[in-house]
Amino acid sequence: MNASSDLKTTVGKYTYPAIVFHWLLAILIIASFSFGLYMVELPFSPARIKQYNWHKWAGITILTLSAARLLWRLTHRPPTLNAAIPGWQKKISQATHLLLYVLFFAAPLAGWAYSSAAGFPVVYLGLIALPDLVSPNPELAGVLKLVHRTLVYSLAALVTLHILAALKHHIIDRDGLISRMNPFAGAAATPPKI
Amino acid sequence: MNKLLVVCASVLMVTSAMAQQRLLPAQSEITFVAKQMGVPLDGKFGKFDAQVAFDPKKPEAGKIAFTVDLGSAAIGDAETARELKKPEWFSVVKFPAATFTSTAIKAAGPGKFEVAGNLVIKGSTKPVTIPVTLAPGAAGVSVAQGSFLLKRIDFKIGEGDWSDVSIVANDVTVKFKLALSGL
Repeated sequence: MNASSDLKTTVGKYTYPAIVFHWLLAILIIASFSFGLYMVELPFSPARIKQYNWHKWAGITILTLSAARLLWRLTHRPPTLNAAIPGWQKKISQATHLLLYVLFFAAPLAGWAYSSAAGFPVVYLGLIALPDLVSPNPELAGVLKLVHRTLVYSLAALVTLHILAALKHHIIDRDGLISRMNPFAGAAATPPKI
Repeated sequence: MNKLLVVCASVLMVTSAMAQQRLLPAQSEITFVAKQMGVPLDGKFGKFDAQVAFDPKKPEAGKIAFTVDLGSAAIGDAETARELKKPEWFSVVKFPAATFTSTAIKAAGPGKFEVAGNLVIKGSTKPVTIPVTLAPGAAGVSVAQGSFLLKRIDFKIGEGDWSDVSIVANDVTVKFKLALSGL
Protein backbone atom coordinates (compact mmCIF):
# COMPACT_ATOMS: atom_id res chain seq x y z
CA MET A 1 0.00 0.00 0.00
CA ASN A 2 2.96 2.34 -0.24
CA ALA A 3 2.31 4.96 -2.85
CA SER A 4 5.13 6.64 -4.67
CA SER A 5 4.44 9.99 -3.14
CA ASP A 6 7.17 11.69 -5.14
CA LEU A 7 5.29 11.19 -8.37
CA LYS A 8 3.06 14.11 -9.29
CA THR A 9 0.19 12.48 -11.07
CA THR A 10 0.00 8.99 -9.74
CA VAL A 11 -1.34 7.95 -6.40
CA GLY A 12 -1.78 4.67 -4.57
CA LYS A 13 -5.11 3.05 -4.18
CA TYR A 14 -7.21 2.27 -1.17
CA THR A 15 -7.70 -1.42 -0.43
CA TYR A 16 -10.85 -2.98 -1.85
CA PRO A 17 -12.56 -3.35 1.55
CA ALA A 18 -11.84 0.35 2.21
CA ILE A 19 -13.38 1.25 -1.16
CA VAL A 20 -16.45 -0.90 -0.48
CA PHE A 21 -16.87 0.66 3.00
CA HIS A 22 -16.54 4.13 1.51
CA TRP A 23 -19.21 3.78 -1.17
CA LEU A 24 -21.60 1.68 0.88
CA LEU A 25 -21.50 4.18 3.73
CA ALA A 26 -21.68 7.11 1.29
CA ILE A 27 -24.96 5.72 -0.07
CA LEU A 28 -26.34 4.89 3.40
CA ILE A 29 -25.40 8.25 4.92
CA ILE A 30 -26.72 10.36 2.03
CA ALA A 31 -29.91 8.27 1.88
CA SER A 32 -30.50 8.45 5.66
CA PHE A 33 -29.89 12.20 5.68
CA SER A 34 -32.32 12.87 2.83
CA PHE A 35 -34.82 10.44 4.31
CA GLY A 36 -34.53 12.17 7.68
CA LEU A 37 -35.28 15.57 6.14
CA TYR A 38 -38.33 14.10 4.42
CA MET A 39 -39.77 12.04 7.29
CA VAL A 40 -39.81 14.86 9.86
CA GLU A 41 -42.30 16.72 7.63
CA LEU A 42 -44.75 13.81 7.57
CA PRO A 43 -47.96 14.03 9.63
CA PHE A 44 -48.48 11.46 12.37
CA SER A 45 -49.32 8.35 10.33
CA PRO A 46 -48.39 4.68 9.85
CA ALA A 47 -46.14 5.85 6.99
CA ARG A 48 -44.20 8.10 9.35
CA ILE A 49 -43.75 5.34 11.94
CA LYS A 50 -42.43 3.08 9.17
CA GLN A 51 -39.97 5.69 7.91
CA TYR A 52 -38.76 6.58 11.37
CA ASN A 53 -38.04 2.93 12.05
CA TRP A 54 -36.25 2.51 8.71
CA HIS A 55 -34.21 5.62 9.48
CA LYS A 56 -33.22 4.17 12.88
CA TRP A 57 -32.28 0.82 11.29
CA ALA A 58 -30.17 2.66 8.71
CA GLY A 59 -28.50 4.62 11.52
CA ILE A 60 -27.61 1.46 13.43
CA THR A 61 -26.27 -0.06 10.19
CA ILE A 62 -24.13 3.07 9.62
CA LEU A 63 -22.85 2.85 13.19
CA THR A 64 -21.93 -0.84 12.89
CA LEU A 65 -20.32 -0.50 9.45
CA SER A 66 -18.40 2.56 10.65
CA ALA A 67 -16.98 0.55 13.55
CA ALA A 68 -15.82 -2.16 11.12
CA ARG A 69 -14.49 0.54 8.78
CA LEU A 70 -12.56 2.28 11.55
CA LEU A 71 -10.99 -1.04 12.54
CA TRP A 72 -9.97 -1.60 8.92
CA ARG A 73 -8.64 1.94 8.60
CA LEU A 74 -6.54 1.60 11.77
CA THR A 75 -5.00 -1.65 10.56
CA HIS A 76 -4.55 -0.64 6.89
CA ARG A 77 -2.78 2.61 6.14
CA PRO A 78 -4.44 4.67 3.43
CA PRO A 79 -2.28 5.65 0.44
CA THR A 80 -0.14 8.70 1.20
CA LEU A 81 -1.09 11.97 -0.42
CA ASN A 82 0.68 13.30 -3.48
CA ALA A 83 3.79 15.28 -2.52
CA ALA A 84 2.64 18.12 -4.78
CA ILE A 85 -0.27 18.84 -2.51
CA PRO A 86 0.54 21.83 -0.24
CA GLY A 87 0.94 21.17 3.47
CA TRP A 88 -2.03 23.29 4.49
CA GLN A 89 -4.30 21.29 2.18
CA LYS A 90 -3.00 18.06 3.65
CA LYS A 91 -3.77 19.37 7.13
CA ILE A 92 -7.31 20.34 6.12
CA SER A 93 -7.75 16.94 4.47
CA GLN A 94 -6.60 15.14 7.62
CA ALA A 95 -8.82 17.26 9.86
CA THR A 96 -11.82 16.70 7.57
CA HIS A 97 -11.29 12.94 7.59
CA LEU A 98 -10.87 12.87 11.36
CA LEU A 99 -14.06 14.91 11.88
CA LEU A 100 -15.94 12.76 9.38
CA TYR A 101 -15.02 9.66 11.36
CA VAL A 102 -16.06 11.31 14.64
CA LEU A 103 -19.44 12.19 13.11
CA PHE A 104 -19.95 8.70 11.63
CA PHE A 105 -20.28 7.64 15.27
CA ALA A 106 -21.57 10.75 17.02
CA ALA A 107 -24.50 11.43 14.66
CA PRO A 108 -26.15 7.99 14.83
CA LEU A 109 -25.38 7.67 18.56
CA ALA A 110 -27.12 11.00 19.22
CA GLY A 111 -30.10 9.80 17.17
CA TRP A 112 -30.25 6.56 19.14
CA ALA A 113 -30.04 8.45 22.46
CA TYR A 114 -32.76 10.84 21.24
CA SER A 115 -35.02 7.89 20.46
CA SER A 116 -34.35 6.39 23.92
CA ALA A 117 -35.06 9.70 25.66
CA ALA A 118 -38.28 10.15 23.68
CA GLY A 119 -39.50 6.80 25.03
CA PHE A 120 -39.05 4.84 21.80
CA PRO A 121 -36.55 2.01 22.23
CA VAL A 122 -34.68 1.04 19.05
CA VAL A 123 -35.46 -2.47 17.81
CA TYR A 124 -33.07 -3.19 14.93
CA LEU A 125 -35.01 -4.53 11.91
CA GLY A 126 -37.96 -4.97 14.29
CA LEU A 127 -36.16 -8.03 15.70
CA ILE A 128 -33.21 -7.10 17.90
CA ALA A 129 -34.06 -4.92 20.90
CA LEU A 130 -31.16 -2.55 21.57
CA PRO A 131 -30.58 -1.13 25.03
CA ASP A 132 -31.75 2.39 25.82
CA LEU A 133 -28.77 4.79 25.91
CA VAL A 134 -30.61 7.09 28.32
CA SER A 135 -33.84 6.82 30.33
CA PRO A 136 -37.01 8.33 28.88
CA ASN A 137 -37.01 12.05 29.65
CA PRO A 138 -38.92 14.58 27.51
CA GLU A 139 -36.59 17.51 28.30
CA LEU A 140 -33.47 15.52 27.49
CA ALA A 141 -35.20 14.29 24.31
CA GLY A 142 -35.58 17.91 23.18
CA VAL A 143 -31.88 18.56 23.74
CA LEU A 144 -30.78 15.33 22.03
CA LYS A 145 -33.00 16.06 19.03
CA LEU A 146 -31.12 19.33 18.58
CA VAL A 147 -27.76 17.58 19.10
CA HIS A 148 -28.63 14.93 16.49
CA ARG A 149 -29.75 17.58 14.01
CA THR A 150 -26.66 19.72 14.56
CA LEU A 151 -24.38 16.71 14.12
CA VAL A 152 -26.04 15.50 10.91
CA TYR A 153 -25.97 19.01 9.42
CA SER A 154 -22.26 19.22 10.31
CA LEU A 155 -21.76 15.84 8.67
CA ALA A 156 -23.62 17.06 5.57
CA ALA A 157 -21.40 20.17 5.44
CA LEU A 158 -18.22 18.09 5.74
CA VAL A 159 -19.42 15.60 3.11
CA THR A 160 -20.07 18.54 0.77
CA LEU A 161 -16.56 19.89 1.44
CA HIS A 162 -15.15 16.40 0.86
CA ILE A 163 -16.96 16.04 -2.49
CA LEU A 164 -15.95 19.55 -3.62
CA ALA A 165 -12.31 18.84 -2.74
CA ALA A 166 -12.39 15.55 -4.65
CA LEU A 167 -13.92 17.31 -7.67
CA LYS A 168 -11.31 20.07 -7.45
CA HIS A 169 -8.55 17.45 -7.61
CA HIS A 170 -10.25 15.73 -10.52
CA ILE A 171 -11.26 18.74 -12.61
CA ILE A 172 -8.78 21.47 -11.73
CA ASP A 173 -5.64 19.66 -10.54
CA ARG A 174 -6.20 16.59 -12.74
CA ASP A 175 -3.94 14.62 -10.41
CA GLY A 176 -5.83 11.32 -10.47
CA LEU A 177 -6.46 11.52 -6.73
CA ILE A 178 -10.11 10.46 -7.15
CA SER A 179 -9.11 7.12 -8.69
CA ARG A 180 -7.83 6.01 -5.28
CA MET A 181 -11.48 5.40 -4.40
CA ASN A 182 -12.58 4.13 -7.80
CA PRO A 183 -13.37 0.42 -7.51
CA PHE A 184 -13.24 0.09 -11.31
CA ALA A 185 -9.98 1.99 -11.86
CA GLY A 186 -8.07 -1.26 -11.44
CA ALA A 187 -4.40 -1.39 -12.35
CA ALA A 188 -4.52 1.99 -14.06
CA ALA A 189 -4.58 3.71 -10.70
CA THR A 190 -1.82 1.74 -9.09
CA PRO A 191 1.46 3.58 -9.15
CA PRO A 192 4.18 2.26 -11.40
CA LYS A 193 6.85 0.45 -9.43
CA ILE A 194 10.15 2.23 -9.51
CA MET B 1 -81.19 5.37 70.37
CA ASN B 2 -82.73 2.08 69.36
CA LYS B 3 -83.06 3.32 65.84
CA LEU B 4 -79.39 4.23 65.75
CA LEU B 5 -78.42 0.79 66.99
CA VAL B 6 -80.52 -0.82 64.30
CA VAL B 7 -78.88 1.39 61.68
CA CYS B 8 -75.43 0.56 63.03
CA ALA B 9 -76.20 -3.12 63.12
CA SER B 10 -77.59 -3.13 59.62
CA VAL B 11 -74.60 -1.17 58.33
CA LEU B 12 -72.30 -3.70 59.98
CA MET B 13 -74.28 -6.57 58.51
CA VAL B 14 -74.23 -5.01 55.08
CA THR B 15 -70.53 -4.25 55.17
CA SER B 16 -69.62 -7.73 56.36
CA ALA B 17 -71.88 -9.32 53.79
CA MET B 18 -70.73 -7.12 50.92
CA ALA B 19 -67.20 -6.56 52.21
CA GLN B 20 -66.97 -3.31 50.28
CA GLN B 21 -63.36 -2.36 49.53
CA ARG B 22 -61.82 0.89 48.55
CA LEU B 23 -59.32 1.40 45.74
CA LEU B 24 -56.28 3.48 46.68
CA PRO B 25 -55.45 5.18 43.35
CA ALA B 26 -52.14 6.66 44.52
CA GLN B 27 -50.77 3.19 45.20
CA SER B 28 -52.34 1.59 42.14
CA GLU B 29 -51.36 1.58 38.50
CA ILE B 30 -52.72 0.48 35.17
CA THR B 31 -50.20 0.24 32.37
CA PHE B 32 -50.20 -1.17 28.87
CA VAL B 33 -47.69 -2.19 26.27
CA ALA B 34 -48.35 -1.60 22.58
CA LYS B 35 -45.90 -2.57 19.85
CA GLN B 36 -44.91 -0.42 16.86
CA MET B 37 -42.92 -2.46 14.31
CA GLY B 38 -41.52 -4.59 17.12
CA VAL B 39 -40.85 -1.58 19.35
CA PRO B 40 -42.56 -1.95 22.74
CA LEU B 41 -44.11 1.30 23.96
CA ASP B 42 -45.08 1.62 27.59
CA GLY B 43 -48.36 3.34 28.21
CA LYS B 44 -50.11 4.37 31.38
CA PHE B 45 -53.55 5.45 32.54
CA GLY B 46 -53.43 8.28 35.04
CA LYS B 47 -57.07 8.18 36.18
CA PHE B 48 -59.24 5.20 37.03
CA ASP B 49 -61.63 4.07 39.73
CA ALA B 50 -63.22 0.85 40.91
CA GLN B 51 -66.06 -0.43 43.01
CA VAL B 52 -65.01 -3.66 44.61
CA ALA B 53 -67.17 -5.88 46.78
CA PHE B 54 -65.19 -9.00 47.26
CA ASP B 55 -64.66 -11.60 49.94
CA PRO B 56 -61.75 -13.95 49.18
CA LYS B 57 -63.61 -16.70 51.05
CA LYS B 58 -66.67 -16.31 48.83
CA PRO B 59 -65.27 -15.16 45.47
CA GLU B 60 -68.43 -16.20 43.58
CA ALA B 61 -70.42 -13.54 45.42
CA GLY B 62 -67.94 -10.81 44.55
CA LYS B 63 -68.53 -7.91 42.22
CA ILE B 64 -66.00 -5.66 40.54
CA ALA B 65 -66.79 -2.62 38.44
CA PHE B 66 -63.97 -0.66 36.89
CA THR B 67 -63.76 2.66 35.09
CA VAL B 68 -60.69 3.95 33.26
CA ASP B 69 -60.46 7.53 32.02
CA LEU B 70 -59.17 7.08 28.46
CA GLY B 71 -58.23 10.74 28.20
CA SER B 72 -55.64 10.10 30.92
CA ALA B 73 -53.64 7.71 28.70
CA ALA B 74 -49.98 8.53 28.16
CA ILE B 75 -47.65 6.65 25.81
CA GLY B 76 -44.34 7.38 24.09
CA ASP B 77 -43.85 11.11 23.65
CA ALA B 78 -46.36 13.94 24.08
CA GLU B 79 -47.28 13.84 20.40
CA THR B 80 -48.21 10.15 20.55
CA ALA B 81 -50.24 10.75 23.71
CA ARG B 82 -52.16 13.57 21.97
CA GLU B 83 -52.76 11.31 18.99
CA LEU B 84 -54.29 8.64 21.22
CA LYS B 85 -57.22 10.93 22.12
CA LYS B 86 -58.26 11.34 18.49
CA PRO B 87 -61.32 9.63 16.92
CA GLU B 88 -59.14 7.03 15.14
CA TRP B 89 -57.84 5.81 18.51
CA PHE B 90 -59.73 6.19 21.79
CA SER B 91 -62.04 8.96 20.56
CA VAL B 92 -62.18 10.37 24.08
CA VAL B 93 -64.73 13.09 23.37
CA LYS B 94 -67.31 10.49 22.34
CA PHE B 95 -66.10 7.68 24.61
CA PRO B 96 -64.43 9.21 27.66
CA ALA B 97 -64.16 6.01 29.68
CA ALA B 98 -63.53 2.31 29.32
CA THR B 99 -65.40 0.06 31.75
CA PHE B 100 -65.11 -3.45 33.03
CA THR B 101 -67.94 -5.15 34.88
CA SER B 102 -67.44 -8.59 36.35
CA THR B 103 -69.96 -11.31 35.59
CA ALA B 104 -68.35 -14.23 37.44
CA ILE B 105 -65.41 -14.61 39.82
CA LYS B 106 -63.97 -17.96 40.77
CA ALA B 107 -61.03 -19.14 42.81
CA ALA B 108 -58.06 -20.55 40.87
CA GLY B 109 -55.70 -21.64 43.63
CA PRO B 110 -54.44 -19.93 46.78
CA GLY B 111 -54.57 -16.17 46.34
CA LYS B 112 -55.53 -16.61 42.70
CA PHE B 113 -58.80 -15.75 41.04
CA GLU B 114 -60.28 -15.66 37.60
CA VAL B 115 -62.44 -12.67 36.98
CA ALA B 116 -64.73 -12.95 33.99
CA GLY B 117 -66.56 -9.89 32.80
CA ASN B 118 -67.39 -7.49 30.02
CA LEU B 119 -64.87 -4.98 28.79
CA VAL B 120 -66.34 -1.93 27.07
CA ILE B 121 -64.03 0.34 25.10
CA LYS B 122 -65.13 2.83 22.45
CA GLY B 123 -68.64 1.42 22.33
CA SER B 124 -67.56 -2.19 21.72
CA THR B 125 -68.22 -4.85 24.34
CA LYS B 126 -66.11 -8.00 24.58
CA PRO B 127 -66.11 -10.69 27.25
CA VAL B 128 -62.71 -11.19 28.87
CA THR B 129 -61.35 -13.39 31.64
CA ILE B 130 -58.65 -11.81 33.72
CA PRO B 131 -56.37 -13.78 36.03
CA VAL B 132 -55.77 -11.91 39.28
CA THR B 133 -53.42 -12.65 42.15
CA LEU B 134 -54.30 -11.18 45.50
CA ALA B 135 -51.68 -10.66 48.16
CA PRO B 136 -52.11 -9.07 51.57
CA GLY B 137 -49.82 -6.10 52.02
CA ALA B 138 -48.85 -3.79 54.84
CA ALA B 139 -51.36 -1.75 56.89
CA GLY B 140 -54.43 -3.66 55.78
CA VAL B 141 -53.84 -2.88 52.14
CA SER B 142 -54.12 -5.80 49.73
CA VAL B 143 -52.60 -5.77 46.28
CA ALA B 144 -54.39 -7.28 43.30
CA GLN B 145 -52.16 -7.84 40.28
CA GLY B 146 -52.59 -9.28 36.86
CA SER B 147 -52.36 -8.78 33.14
CA PHE B 148 -54.31 -9.71 30.07
CA LEU B 149 -54.07 -9.39 26.34
CA LEU B 150 -56.59 -7.53 24.25
CA LYS B 151 -56.89 -7.20 20.49
CA ARG B 152 -57.09 -3.49 19.71
CA ILE B 153 -58.98 -4.11 16.46
CA ASP B 154 -61.81 -5.75 18.48
CA PHE B 155 -62.41 -2.31 19.98
CA LYS B 156 -61.65 -0.26 16.85
CA ILE B 157 -58.65 1.29 18.60
CA GLY B 158 -56.74 2.54 15.56
CA GLU B 159 -59.06 2.95 12.59
CA GLY B 160 -58.45 3.65 8.91
CA ASP B 161 -54.75 3.53 8.02
CA TRP B 162 -54.02 2.61 11.62
CA SER B 163 -55.85 -0.71 11.35
CA ASP B 164 -52.65 -2.03 9.69
CA VAL B 165 -51.40 -4.40 12.40
CA SER B 166 -47.98 -4.71 10.72
CA ILE B 167 -47.28 -1.16 11.96
CA VAL B 168 -49.08 -1.18 15.30
CA ALA B 169 -49.56 -4.74 16.55
CA ASN B 170 -53.07 -5.97 17.29
CA ASP B 171 -52.03 -7.43 20.65
CA VAL B 172 -51.94 -4.97 23.53
CA THR B 173 -50.94 -6.17 26.98
CA VAL B 174 -52.74 -4.49 29.85
CA LYS B 175 -51.14 -4.79 33.30
CA PHE B 176 -52.58 -3.66 36.59
CA LYS B 177 -51.57 -3.37 40.20
CA LEU B 178 -54.42 -2.31 42.43
CA ALA B 179 -54.12 -1.42 46.10
CA LEU B 180 -57.32 -2.19 47.99
CA SER B 181 -58.09 -1.34 51.57
CA GLY B 182 -60.60 -3.20 53.67
CA LEU B 183 -60.12 -6.63 52.20
